[in-house]
Amino acid sequence: MIDFILQPWPWYVAGPIIALCMYLMFFFGQKFGVSSNLETVCSIGGAGKWVDFFKFDWKKNTWNLVFVLGLIVGGFVADQWLTPDQSVAINPKTVEDLAEIGIQNAGASYLPDEIYGLKALLTPKGFLILLAAGLLVGFGSRYAGGCTSGHGIVGLSSLSMESFIAVAGFFIGGLIMTWLILPYLF
Amino acid sequence: MKYIKYLLVGVLFGITLSKAEVISWFRIYEMFKFQSFHMYGVIGSAVAIGIVVIHFFKNETLKTYQGKPIFVEPKKKGIPRNLIGGIIFGLGWALGGACPGPMYILLGKGVVAILVVLLGAHLGAFLYHAVKHKLPH
Repeated sequence: MIDFILQPWPWYVAGPIIALCMYLMFFFGQKFGVSSNLETVCSIGGAGKWVDFFKFDWKKNTWNLVFVLGLIVGGFVADQWLTPDQSVAINPKTVEDLAEIGIQNAGASYLPDEIYGLKALLTPKGFLILLAAGLLVGFGSRYAGGCTSGHGIVGLSSLSMESFIAVAGFFIGGLIMTWLILPYLF
Repeated sequence: MKYIKYLLVGVLFGITLSKAEVISWFRIYEMFKFQSFHMYGVIGSAVAIGIVVIHFFKNETLKTYQGKPIFVEPKKKGIPRNLIGGIIFGLGWALGGACPGPMYILLGKGVVAILVVLLGAHLGAFLYHAVKHKLPH
């Protein structure tokens, strides 16, 4: 059992657990969605001084902030005690493709040094890439009214046409970035 | 104390996305290159089970722990908001290799650089609400 937990988990284990998490949040009388926390934190930070939208009572969203705190704890626990091997067994073709566009040692760890390494972070270009990634995700998820959890998992599971459109958008954006923009960034 | 259950679901979700490598930039890149089934399997199996779960919410077979019916709030209608918002989100997802959940999980993993991504994500959410009256929805 413990051996199994320490291995990378296959998709057919992860997918059902994600569905279970969604079920549990609704069972507890709440919703399942991460990106609305961005608005809650803006509201706590006093964003209501500039934009009226943020003048809501953020305390009613405390349950979701606690959920996010759980994500942080979960990331820590998995990293410290459950992931002895930090390599990611991606397709060898993906490793080759990444080497060609300037990302080396793909899959040696969870994240590319060229984007997430401290050296990259401390260059203006590296800082801007990280900031831009966040800006796009934050702006886009609130424009669409949901991210991979709210639209991707809950929305698709409710067979919502809005979420099918949003997820199609996620893929259009992701494909443009991966195929047309990333090759010229590094 | 009433909040501890949300913390536990968050921990389970965080461990699962970590162990299934959903928080890996490389897995997101590989997905958008169509070079592995892994991410499609994760999302696809979650949605397949989710469809059944939400069906049971609708016919009230499954209720909240207090026995109340579960109502899944519909997403706002409008093609521009969902399509354009989705495209902007997708650009960021593929660039940083992280959607909002994994951002927090990577923070717990001790990735310092994710703080800049999180800063950007909050700024992005703020900016959207500052300019939304000028955008098509």
